[in-house]
Amino acid sequence: METIQLLGDEAIARGAIDSGIHAAYGYPGTPSTEIMEHIMETAPKGVTASWCSNEKTAYEAALGSSFAGVRSIVTMKCVGLNVAADPFMNSSVVKIGGGLVVAVADDPGMHSSQNEQDSRFFADFGKIPCLEPADQQEAYDMVREAFDLSERFHVPVMVRVVTRLAHARAGIVARPPRERNVPKKCDSPRDWILMPMNAKRRWHALLSIQGELLAASEESASNRLEKGDCRIGVVTTGLARAYYDENAPDLPAKPARLHIGSYPVPEGKLRALASMVDSILVIEEGSPFVERRLRGILPQSIPILGKLSGALPPEGELNPENVRAALGLPALKLIEAKTLPPPSRPPQLCQGCPHADTYTALNLALAGYEEPVVMSDIGCYTLGALPPYDAIESCVDMGASIGMARGIADAGLGPSVAVIGDSTFYHSGMTPLVDAVSSKANITLVILDNGAVAMTGCQETILPGGALRAVVEGLGVDPAHVRVIEPLPKNLEANAAVFREEVAYGGLSVVIAVRECLESARRGRKS
Amino acid sequence: MKYDIVLAGVGGQGGLSVSVVIARAAMAAGLRVKQSEVHGMSQRGGEVLAHLRLGEAEPASPIIPMGAASLILAFEPLEALRYLKWLSPTGTVAASITPIRNIASYPDIGTVLADIRGLPNSILVDAESIGREAGNVRAANIALVGAVSALLPIAPEFLETAIREVFAAKGEKTVALNLRAFSEGRKVRATGR
Repeated sequence: METIQLLGDEAIARGAIDSGIHAAYGYPGTPSTEIMEHIMETAPKGVTASWCSNEKTAYEAALGSSFAGVRSIVTMKCVGLNVAADPFMNSSVVKIGGGLVVAVADDPGMHSSQNEQDSRFFADFGKIPCLEPADQQEAYDMVREAFDLSERFHVPVMVRVVTRLAHARAGIVARPPRERNVPKKCDSPRDWILMPMNAKRRWHALLSIQGELLAASEESASNRLEKGDCRIGVVTTGLARAYYDENAPDLPAKPARLHIGSYPVPEGKLRALASMVDSILVIEEGSPFVERRLRGILPQSIPILGKLSGALPPEGELNPENVRAALGLPALKLIEAKTLPPPSRPPQLCQGCPHADTYTALNLALAGYEEPVVMSDIGCYTLGALPPYDAIESCVDMGASIGMARGIADAGLGPSVAVIGDSTFYHSGMTPLVDAVSSKANITLVILDNGAVAMTGCQETILPGGALRAVVEGLGVDPAHVRVIEPLPKNLEANAAVFREEVAYGGLSVVIAVRECLESARRGRKS
Repeated sequence: MKYDIVLAGVGGQGGLSVSVVIARAAMAAGLRVKQSEVHGMSQRGGEVLAHLRLGEAEPASPIIPMGAASLILAFEPLEALRYLKWLSPTGTVAASITPIRNIASYPDIGTVLADIRGLPNSILVDAESIGREAGNVRAANIALVGAVSALLPIAPEFLETAIREVFAAKGEKTVALNLRAFSEGRKVRATGR
C-alpha cells in the first residue's frame, strides 16, 4: 500500500478508522485536537465522530458503544483525562465488550497546558495496558493493536502520545481495515452494574488478569531488547527513542538497549538488560515513570541514571541536545554570530477580537473599586491576563473561575467577577453556577459567547451561539440580572454601564457578551 | 544526504503551507520527510516555528538538533534571528525584509537587517514586493522559496508541481500567481536583488 504523510494525531485517527470503529468522541485540546478532526474529515459513512461537552461525557458515550458491542475511541489532552477520571477509573472495572481505546496527548514542555502530567500514571492507576508510539507508523499500528488488546482482555486500552509526536508529520503505511462489529447489547449487565456485590467481583477479576497483561507486555514486539558491545545500558520509552536514534551514530560503542512501547512495564526484560550492563540510563518523555520503578528505595545493584539522578532535566521536554549530553556526547558546533537578542512575541488576541472589547468595558467598570477580583478560565480569553488588558487574575482548570469567584465572595472580598468562555461554560461551568444560585453568591459572571472553541482551531461550541440566556435562566439565575451585551468599540460606554450596574447589584448576576469569533467567521465555519 | 530547514514567522503568515509545498516536492523527488509544527496558543500572532527534515533515510528526531540546520527560512526578519542556535555553521539564513511590528519593543529594522547581512551566509529578499507584483502579497512566502530553490536538494520542477497541487483548490489564478512569484524569486539569488 502507498505511503501517506500524516500527523501523529492523524495516524491515530486512521488507525482507529481502520480498526472498525463505530464512533469517536472527544473534547478539543492541544495537542490532541487533530485526532477527532481527521476522523470527522475522513471516516466512512456510518461512523459517528462527535465533539462532546467535556471529556467525561465523551468517555461515557464511548462506554455506551462498548456496552453495545461496538468499537470506539475517545480523545483528549492530558488534563482532559482529569475531567474524565471518574469514568476512566471505573471503566477498567466493568467488562469491556466492544473495544475501547482512550487516546491521550500529553504536553511535556507545557506548550499549551497547565502542567506536565504524564498519563502513563493514569494507565497504571487504572491497571490497564498503555501503548506508547515512538513514531507515526507506530501510532497507527498501536491503535490497531490497542483495539485487539481491549477486546481480548475486556479492558480499555490507553494510547499515549506527546506533543512532538502528535504534531509532527511522517510517512505511514496503512493496512487493510477490519470489519466493524455488529451492535449487540451486552448479555451480562451485571458486569456493568458496579454496586458493591458486582464491583467486588469485577475488581477481583481486574486484579486477577494483571499477570496476563504483564505477560502480554513482556512478549510484545514493541518492547525490544538489543545486545550492545559495551557495559552501558539504555532504556528508551516512546518518542525518546527518536532523540536516542538521532545521536546514536556518534556513540563510540553500541549500548545494550531496551525500548519500551508497551506497558505494564516489562519487568523481566528490564532484569535481562540489567544483567548485561554496569549502569542504566533511562530516557523517557514526561515523568520518570520507568526510572522510579527501577530505582525503588533500597540499595541498587547498578547505578540508574535519568531525570531523578540529574542526568536529564527533571522538567521540560526531551530534545536532541539534552539526550546527547546524557549520552556523554559533546554538543554540536553552533554558529558564532553577534546579533541583537530578539524580543519575544507573545501570542495575543486578534485585532478586533470581541474579547478585547469585553475586557476594555469590564476594566472601565471596575476602575472605581479599590480591590476588585476577576477570576478567569481557559481559552483565547486567557490572553486577557497580558498587557494591555491585565484584566484577569486566574486560570486554573476548566470552569474554575465560577467556583473560585464564589469562594472569594464568601471570604468577604470583592467585587468578585468570573470570566468564562461559552465552550468552557458548557464544559464545566454549569455546575458551579448552580452552586452560586443555591448559595446566593455575590458574584458577577461574564460569559464570552463567541460561538467557537477558538484557541484549538474554531470548532463550533457544543450549542450554537445565542443560546446561553435560556440556559442561565433555566439554572435559576434571576432573569432581571441576566444581561446580554454586544462587545463592540461603539458600545464601550453602554457595556461598561451594564457591568457597573450588575457589579453593584450585590447578588448573583450574569452578563453574556455575544459576538462571533473573527477567526471563526473568516474560516466560514468550515468545521 | 540530510537537509534540515527551520521555518520561522509570525502567526497568521501562512508559513505552514510553505512547509507543505517543500515537503510534497521532496517526497516526489524520492526523499523521506519529517515535519514538526507548532499548533495551539502560539498561532495567535506569536512566534511560529516549523521544522522540516529531509533525508534519504527517515530522520529520527521530529525536531532539528541545534547546530544542524542547513537553512533558516524566515518570513519575517526579526524571526530570522530567533533560531540561529539551530543553524549549522555552514548553513544559510534566507529572510523576507518586511517587518511585522506587532510588539512595542520591535528593534530598529536597520539593525535587524544588518545583523542578518553580517551572518556567514544570508539572503535578504523583498518577498512582499515580488508577491505583490506577481498578483498577491500573500505569495511572498512562495517568492522566498524561489529565492532559496537553488540551495534545496530538490529540482525546481518538483517544487513547481507541488505549488500547483497545494494551491489547486484555491483556483487557477492563485496557482498562476504563486508560480510567478516562485519564478521571480528564483532570479533573486542571481541578481542579488
